[in-house]
Amino acid sequence: MNTAEKYADERLMRSHFHPREAAWNVRDAWASWNGYKFAECYYDAEYEYFCVRNSCATYDICPMQKYYVQGRDAEAMLNRMVTRDISKLPLDRVTYVVWCTDQGRMVDDGTIFKLADDRFMLTCGSPCGAWLKMSAFGFSDVTVTDMSDHIAALSLQGPTSCAVLKKMGLHGIDSAKPFDIRHFPFHGDTLMVSRTGFTGDLGYELWVNPELALQMWDELYAAGADYNIQPFGEEATNMARLEAGFIMPGMEFNEALKTIHFEHDQTPFELNLGWLVDFNKPHFNGRNALLKEKERGPKYTLTRLDIEGNKPAEHSYLYSNKRCTREIGYVTSAMWSPAVKANIALAMVKTDCLEGEIWAEIYYEKELRQYNKAARCSVMKKPFWAPARARATPPPDY
Amino acid sequence: MVMKKYDAIIIGAGHNGLTNAAYLAKAGLDVVVVEKNDYIGGASTSREMHEGWVYSSASYVCSMLRQAIHRDLNLTKHGLILVPYLGTVNFGDDGSTLVDYPNEEAAYLELKRHSPHDADAMHRFQADLARYAQFIRKTLLRTPPDPTSLRPRDIRELMFLGKQFWALGEKEMYEYVRFFTMSAADFLEDYFENGLVKAAMSSAGIIGTALGVFSPGSAYILLHHVMGDVDGNIGAWGLARGGMGAISNAIAGAMQEHGGELRTNAGVSQVLVKNGKASGVVLESGEELYSGIVVSNLDAKRTFTKIMDRKDLPPGIFEKAEQFKIRGSSGKVNIALSALPKFKGLPDNRYIDRGGQGFTGSLETMERAYDCWKRGRWSDDPFVESVIPSAWDPTVAPPGKHWMSNFIQYCPPTLADGPWTPGERDRFGQAVVDKIERYSPGFKDLIVHMEVRTPHELEQEIGLTEGNIFQGELTIDQLLFNRPFPGYAQYRMPVKNLYMCGSSTHPGGGVSAACGANAAREILMDLKRPNTVPEDDFYDE
Ligand SMILES: Cc1cc2nc3c(=O)[nH]c(=O)nc-3n(C[C@H](O)[C@H](O)[C@H](O)COP(=O)(O)OP(=O)(O)OC[C@H]3O[C@@H](n4cnc5c(N)ncnc54)[C@H](O)[C@@H]3O)c2cc1C
Repeated sequence: MNTAEKYADERLMRSHFHPREAAWNVRDAWASWNGYKFAECYYDAEYEYFCVRNSCATYDICPMQKYYVQGRDAEAMLNRMVTRDISKLPLDRVTYVVWCTDQGRMVDDGTIFKLADDRFMLTCGSPCGAWLKMSAFGFSDVTVTDMSDHIAALSLQGPTSCAVLKKMGLHGIDSAKPFDIRHFPFHGDTLMVSRTGFTGDLGYELWVNPELALQMWDELYAAGADYNIQPFGEEATNMARLEAGFIMPGMEFNEALKTIHFEHDQTPFELNLGWLVDFNKPHFNGRNALLKEKERGPKYTLTRLDIEGNKPAEHSYLYSNKRCTREIGYVTSAMWSPAVKANIALAMVKTDCLEGEIWAEIYYEKELRQYNKAARCSVMKKPFWAPARARATPPPDY
Repeated sequence: MVMKKYDAIIIGAGHNGLTNAAYLAKAGLDVVVVEKNDYIGGASTSREMHEGWVYSSASYVCSMLRQAIHRDLNLTKHGLILVPYLGTVNFGDDGSTLVDYPNEEAAYLELKRHSPHDADAMHRFQADLARYAQFIRKTLLRTPPDPTSLRPRDIRELMFLGKQFWALGEKEMYEYVRFFTMSAADFLEDYFENGLVKAAMSSAGIIGTALGVFSPGSAYILLHHVMGDVDGNIGAWGLARGGMGAISNAIAGAMQEHGGELRTNAGVSQVLVKNGKASGVVLESGEELYSGIVVSNLDAKRTFTKIMDRKDLPPGIFEKAEQFKIRGSSGKVNIALSALPKFKGLPDNRYIDRGGQGFTGSLETMERAYDCWKRGRWSDDPFVESVIPSAWDPTVAPPGKHWMSNFIQYCPPTLADGPWTPGERDRFGQAVVDKIERYSPGFKDLIVHMEVRTPHELEQEIGLTEGNIFQGELTIDQLLFNRPFPGYAQYRMPVKNLYMCGSSTHPGGGVSAACGANAAREILMDLKRPNTVPEDDFYDE
């Protein structure tokens, strides 16, 4: 009997790049993301992370959710949904956005691609079709299409990524500025490339018809062979994004629509994303609540911490005193940063305690025995990792 | 005109001299580093020797660099990225290969293919080494105590050492003492049975050392090479993006940020001593620079026999310096390649290319190479430790082209039948290439350019006496409170206001930045300035 058949409905879907990824996945280390089989790592998470920082590496974003929002009212609808003003977004540009409930609590973050005056692509980490449908209510000319399974997308990140795309024949890609979109003819179809990513480094995202996915992979990997190209999985992504200071659902924020307990979700102000909230534009979802939040000031503020010692402050509580008796917050993500050589963390800290001392109570294990210690934290104003090449146009070749 | 007087002059822009200057500058001192070469970094340098190729001319891998210093001086901001490299493949005489895979399970299975016994024994070996390393690691960013002194600080430091030592447990304390005097081969005999496994593990015991795998003392050298770490992985080695010069350049950047001055093409011919105190230097150009303090980054022998007047030294010091054990034993061959070489007996596994290569052979082969050194010759079958940094570092060779670093053990400081000549040097280089060719047929055809360094070149270029890569051998008589000489292990030299900060001092050779930092701490203490040098941070705390 064919057991594969028997459990077919329970099995994970395979990404458009799966055949190549499976060959690269020496460790058979698979996790999942939005129903797709998704690599935790391929060879060694730290090695992959270093490819992102030193050469280049690819990250499969097929499982990321992608929606086309189209029609004469598409812009107005999105502008009412997200907190940022997208009415001034130029054609072929991408912008980072968040959207909130009426209470101003964050539903999700994502990016909006302006592909035509009446056509946008919204991408985000978790499915949000139902929310989009609700948000379209009252607009006559707007359709939302879930493209998630119909676009193959691959993120290419790292210092040699531009050199690789040039070698692949994408002429002029080096003139693309951060958040620019370019279109290239590709085997009778179009390859869309945006200068975007989730690593804080130089990088691009490639969007293509799934039928051409493997062809694109092969051409990219052929071009990248001399540039140490390597796929990277979830673990390496998490390291890179934390160094860049990017937030993750389930880590820094709890998606509002999935939150049970009162205010266990977050506002953009709490997440230090106040700059994404534009009160000068017409009404948008959550505006009144957010205005109040802005005036009152957020209870907590997402903060970058540099922590003494080298034990990652995972799941640590934060205190205003070394004896760890006055609690003032909690760590959301933490790691030893191999690039920066610092013990870094993102944390939610009570806003009125930001100026004072911050101590993390760190727990760690050594040969089955538990230890804990208090470590002094300092607030970092800037991202831990922000190399000049990530902003330079044209970018350097390495 | 009143001559400018610096607070401190540091002679030599090796990474330790730069570190020393950075910490003095950070404390607010007005410092200048004077370097004889037109480039900086000494043995930790990157140089474009062929267009498009950047060689780490001398040192090539990093694991001892004190992380606390990296972090404290913010070397990342100054351009330094350290990347662990994947495990090394060792080639046996009989064509067998042993790959040290980065994945624990894979490494175990590979060992098991050679010897199930050794695969199991490896766990005990690694635990023992880690325990020994833990102890010695704790001494790196500390000034060795003077065991004969009754000053509170010396007593405190002695007690610190004692406490760490006691923490090992009684059995291990005995083992530890044995360890310092054992040979690498004897030490490994306790654990392993397979010849290639033993050879592979022993090679760290001879690097940079005028000892063989069977010579007493080589076990400690082995430890010296595994006590470092990359991001807490003890024993792991990393590469600096852009080559080892990236380390020196980043330290120089931090030093300059704190207001320190750097002068290249400024070799020192003489340390000025006035009324028994160091007061400045005379440059080779004849220019004189004055300062309250003089710090030498040169090795101990060079400092006291080459740039000091014997009359300025207390009796006996010149002789001590003359007798300082600093025999050169290593060569370096840097090769530009038109493609990635392929090695016999290995699967087509791209990750193996991204690790190192040990042309190890066997314990016997390594010993025969040592025999040649003793007779003032190089071996036709030397131990070669290689790595191809360009396999992942896009900055050191053009795309698709490669740079291979080859470290050779052994290479004598002078030849039996006379000094090194360019012809002999090239013949030595050829012997190395011939050896690699045996393991990688077609290798020779890939060679685009080659830089061959014997101890002679190392001495001429970097000023390492006899070409000893550690600025003095790492044997027990020259370690800890004996380094460089008993009684002078605390960075203060026999002439007042003169200090030493190079690898001739504790904790010895290697790109650790510890010597320079420790010396800065002592200088600041003497000046009654607040200390700027951080404490070490430990993963094993
Ligand atoms: C071939 C080779 C390979 C090695 N491999 C490794 C390795 O892979 N990993 C590792 O950790 N370590 C390695 N080492 C050891 C390590 O590189 C050295 O121990 C370390 O770099 C020494 O640093 P330093 O600052 O103490 O001294 P040096 O680097 O020796 O610096 C001394 C400086 O003083 C300058 N100088 C000399 N004379 C004068 C003068 N009269 N006036 C002015 N300036 C002068 C020199 O030019 C030089 O810049 C290697 C060394 C060599 C030679």
